[in-house]
Amino acid sequence: MATAGAVLELKDFKADVPPDWCAGCGDFGVLNALFHACAEIGRQPHEILVVSGIGCSSNLPGFFRSYGVHSLHGRALPFATGAKLANHGMTVIVTGGDGDGYGIGLNHFIQAMRRNIDITYIVMDNETYGLTTGQVSPTSETGMITKTTPHGNLEGMLNPLALALASGCGYVARGFSGQPKHLLKLYADAIQYPGFALVDVFSPCVTFNKHNSYEWFRKRVYKLEETPHDPTDFHAAMDAALTWGEKIPIGLVYRDRNPRPSLHMQDPGLQAGLLVHQPVAVGKEQRRKLVEEFM
Amino acid sequence: MNEPDVIVGIGGAAGDGVASAGNSLALSVARQGQAVYAYNSYQSVIRGGHSWLRLRISATKPLNHGDQVDALIALNQDTLDRHLQELIGGGVALYNSAKLRPSYEPPAGVQLCPLPVPDLTPAYKDLPVMQNTVAVGAVINLMGLDFTGLESVLESTFAKKPHVVKVNVEAARAGYDYAAVHFKPLSKQLRQTGQRWAMVTGNELLAMGAAFAGCKFYCAYPMSPATHILEWFAAHGKQLGVCVRQVEDEISVINMTIGASHMGARGMCATSGGGLALMTEAIGLSAMLETPVVVVNVQRAGPSTGVPTKTEQGDLNQALGASQGDFPRIIIAPLSMPDCFTTPALAFNVADRYQCPVIILSDLLMSEGNETVDPAWLDVEFLIERGELITAVPAGDGREAGAGGPYLRYKDTESGISPRALPGLPGHLYVAASDEHDEDGVIISDVYTDTVRRKKMADKRSRKMATVLEHLPAPQLEGPVDAEVTLVGWGSTWGVLTEAVEHLNRAGISASHLQIKFLVPFHTAEVTAILGKSRRVIIVENNQSGQFARHLRAETGIAAHGHIRKYDGEPFEPKHIVAGVKELLTNGTEVVEVLSTEAGWQTEHPTGTSGDWAGRRVTAKANTSSLAT
Repeated sequence: MATAGAVLELKDFKADVPPDWCAGCGDFGVLNALFHACAEIGRQPHEILVVSGIGCSSNLPGFFRSYGVHSLHGRALPFATGAKLANHGMTVIVTGGDGDGYGIGLNHFIQAMRRNIDITYIVMDNETYGLTTGQVSPTSETGMITKTTPHGNLEGMLNPLALALASGCGYVARGFSGQPKHLLKLYADAIQYPGFALVDVFSPCVTFNKHNSYEWFRKRVYKLEETPHDPTDFHAAMDAALTWGEKIPIGLVYRDRNPRPSLHMQDPGLQAGLLVHQPVAVGKEQRRKLVEEFM
Repeated sequence: MNEPDVIVGIGGAAGDGVASAGNSLALSVARQGQAVYAYNSYQSVIRGGHSWLRLRISATKPLNHGDQVDALIALNQDTLDRHLQELIGGGVALYNSAKLRPSYEPPAGVQLCPLPVPDLTPAYKDLPVMQNTVAVGAVINLMGLDFTGLESVLESTFAKKPHVVKVNVEAARAGYDYAAVHFKPLSKQLRQTGQRWAMVTGNELLAMGAAFAGCKFYCAYPMSPATHILEWFAAHGKQLGVCVRQVEDEISVINMTIGASHMGARGMCATSGGGLALMTEAIGLSAMLETPVVVVNVQRAGPSTGVPTKTEQGDLNQALGASQGDFPRIIIAPLSMPDCFTTPALAFNVADRYQCPVIILSDLLMSEGNETVDPAWLDVEFLIERGELITAVPAGDGREAGAGGPYLRYKDTESGISPRALPGLPGHLYVAASDEHDEDGVIISDVYTDTVRRKKMADKRSRKMATVLEHLPAPQLEGPVDAEVTLVGWGSTWGVLTEAVEHLNRAGISASHLQIKFLVPFHTAEVTAILGKSRRVIIVENNQSGQFARHLRAETGIAAHGHIRKYDGEPFEPKHIVAGVKELLTNGTEVVEVLSTEAGWQTEHPTGTSGDWAGRRVTAKANTSSLAT
C-alpha cells in the first residue's frame, strides 16, 4: 500500500481486471487520463469512491482500483450524493455515459448541480447507446440515423454544457479522449474543485457511431485555453457552451470564481463532522427532551 | 375497557380548525391522566370539504377510535346535520348557537348544548376560531375534568404570544363555566388520574424510533401520509446529527439512502405506495449490493393516486413483489402506533445483520392517528447491532490483504453473510455491482456464461434468509385454542381486532385472535401449528382482494374459512368486525365486505336517524356478503 505522503503512480489505480471495451473505444482514453489525474492529486485509492450507472462506460469502476459502485441505470448521481453526504471525507467521482446521465438520469443531473454536491461527474459522451448496440441518444445530432431512428433523429440535441451552466454548476468542462493529456488536466482540476464539477468527454464509439468518429471530432475541436476565453465569465462560458458545428470548443468552459459552499458544508446535520463518525446512540437527556415535546 | 370512555367527534370544513381544536382537547385531557386514541377522517383539500376527527378518551388506554359518538362539537352546519343523528343516549351536541342550529330532532336522550359564543367572548367577537376554544372548554367540563389541563395547554401552545394565551384562556374558561351552569354533565364521567402521557402519531413514533435506533440519514419526497416523518426529521436533524434531505423523486430518495448506507450511515426513507413503486428497482439494488436499507411504506388507498387521505392495507402484494428477480427481503408490519416506535430499531438491526432491504408497512390509520403513550415507555436505549462489520486495517496493500488472501466482499460463507468493509477503510477495496458478480465483486455478467458462479452467488444471498426468523418473535394466539372463531389480522388492525374479540366474547361467540407482524420471512411452522387447531379461521384485512389471505395460503397451505374485508377508505371499527363474524356464522358466506356508511360518511348527508350499526346486507355476490348501514 502506498503510504500517506508517498508518491502515487498510475499502477496504484489500475485494477487487476482489464477493460472489456471494444478496441479503439474512447473510454480507454478516459480511464487512462483518470489513472494519471488521481496519481497527480495524491488521494489514496481507499479515499476515492467511483460510482457509475449502467452502460459500456459505466463499467469503468471495475477497471479502476478504488472503492467502487456499479449502480443502477441513471442513478449513479443520487447514489453518490448519499455516499458523499454520509462520508464527505471521500473523494467521489461519478462516471457514466450520455444515455445514463442525460437520458434516464437527466433529472438527477440537474438536481445534483442545483444542490451543489461536491462530486466530479465524468460523462463519456459518445452520442449513442453503445451497450444496447446503437440506438439514438439525447446527444445524438438531429437527423442522425440509428437503429431506432431509421428515418433520422427528429429530436433536438441536448446541450449538457449549457444545461449545466443554467443549473448552477460551478465547474463546466469538455474534453476529448483523443487528447488524453489535456483531459487529465481537466480531471485533476475538476476533482479538486470544491463543488459539483462536470467534465463532458467526447468518447467515440467506434462500433455503433460511425458518424461522430475520432476523425469527425479531430477536425472540429479546438482548445479554449488557446483562445482569449475567460472561464470565469459566465456569459462567455454560455457562448462557448452553445458553440457547435464546424468548430467545437473543448477545455475549461466555466469555473466559478467564488464557488458557493457545497451541500455537505451546509447541511445542518453534518456540522459535527463526518456522518459515519457520529455517535449512533441518542443520549438519555436528549431522548427525554424529544419525548417532552409530545406532552 | 375498565374505565368509562368518552368519544368526542369534532367536525368542520378544512380550515375551520378541526385539527387544532382536537390537539388542544387531546393534550388537555392527556395532562389530566386520560389516554386518547384519535382518528381524523379528512379529504385531500386545503380549504372546505368535511373533516371528522374522533377522539376516544379514557383512563384505560383505548386501542382504537371506537364506533360511536358521545359528544359532538360541530364547527359548521354541515357537521351538525351529518353527525347529530349518530349521537347515543346520554350524549351531547355542542355548537355555536349564534351561527348554527339543528335541522332535525336529536336522537332520544341526546342533550343539545348551544353555546352563545359572541356573548361569552364579547371582547373578541371578531375572532372566528373562538367558537372552537369555547366548545373545547365546555366539553371538558361535561366530561367531568377540571380546567387546569386546558389552561396549561393553551399557555404552552401560544407561549410566544402572551396576548393570544389570554384571549384563548378566557374563551375556554367561558365555555367551561357556561357548560357547568347550563348543561347536564355527560352520563359517562371521566376519572382524573396522575398518569402522564405523551401524545404522538404513528409517523412521529416511527421517526423518533428510527432516530433512537441510530438512523443517520433520512431522505424523502413529500407524499401523504408519510410526509410527517420527513418533517419530524427535518425539525430535529440538526440537534441529532442526522442528514435529512428532501429530493426530486422517490427514485433519487432510495438510491441516495442506499448510497449513504453503503458508506456506513444507517439510512431510512419513507413514502406511500406510489413512491414505493418508483423505489422498486433500487430495492433489488440493495439486495444485490448487499447494502442494507430500511424503506417505510405508509399505505394509503390505491391503486394509482387512489384516495390519498384514506387508509388501506393494499400494498402487501407490492412489497412482496417489489423488484425483479429473487432476493432476500424482510417485510414488517407494525401492529399499532406504539409498535411503530420499536419497529425501526428491529428493522435496522436485521437489515445490518443480513445486509438486505427491509420494508416496513405502516398505513394511514397509524401514521396520522394520535395516541397517548406512556413517556416512560419511550425512554428506551435501543440495542444497536451493526452485523458483521470489518473495522481493522490490515497490513499490506489490500491486493493480498491478511493471511486469507485478498478481501472478498461477497465471500461465500456458510451463513451467506459476508463480512462488510465500509468504503474508506484501507486494504479492502472492492466494487459493489448491481450486475451479478463473484465473491471478489468482479462482475460475471459480461462473460459468455458462468452458470456455476451465478448459482453460487444467488444461493449465497438466499441462504441468508434461513436464520432471519431467529431474530423475529413468533406470533402468539390470544384466547382459547378451541374458540369458535379465530380472527387473523396483520399490521395495524391489532387494536380493533383485540376489542372486537372482547365484544364477540361478550355476545356469546367465543373468539381468539392471531395478529401477524412479520410477513417475510413468515413464521410458517408456528402459524400452521396455531391455525391447524383452530375451529374456524377468519381473516380480517383492510383491502379488497385478500392479499394477506393469499400470502397465508402460500406460506402455510391454510385456506381460511371466512374473510372480512374493508376497502372503502376508512378503517375497521369493532362493530364492523362483530357484524362480519355474525354474518359469516349465520349465512355461511365466505367473504363479508363491510362498509362505513353511517350518515356522516355520506357526501349527500340524509336527514333522519340511523340506529345501532347492525350490519345491514346491501348486496350479495356469490359467496360474498356486503354489510352496510
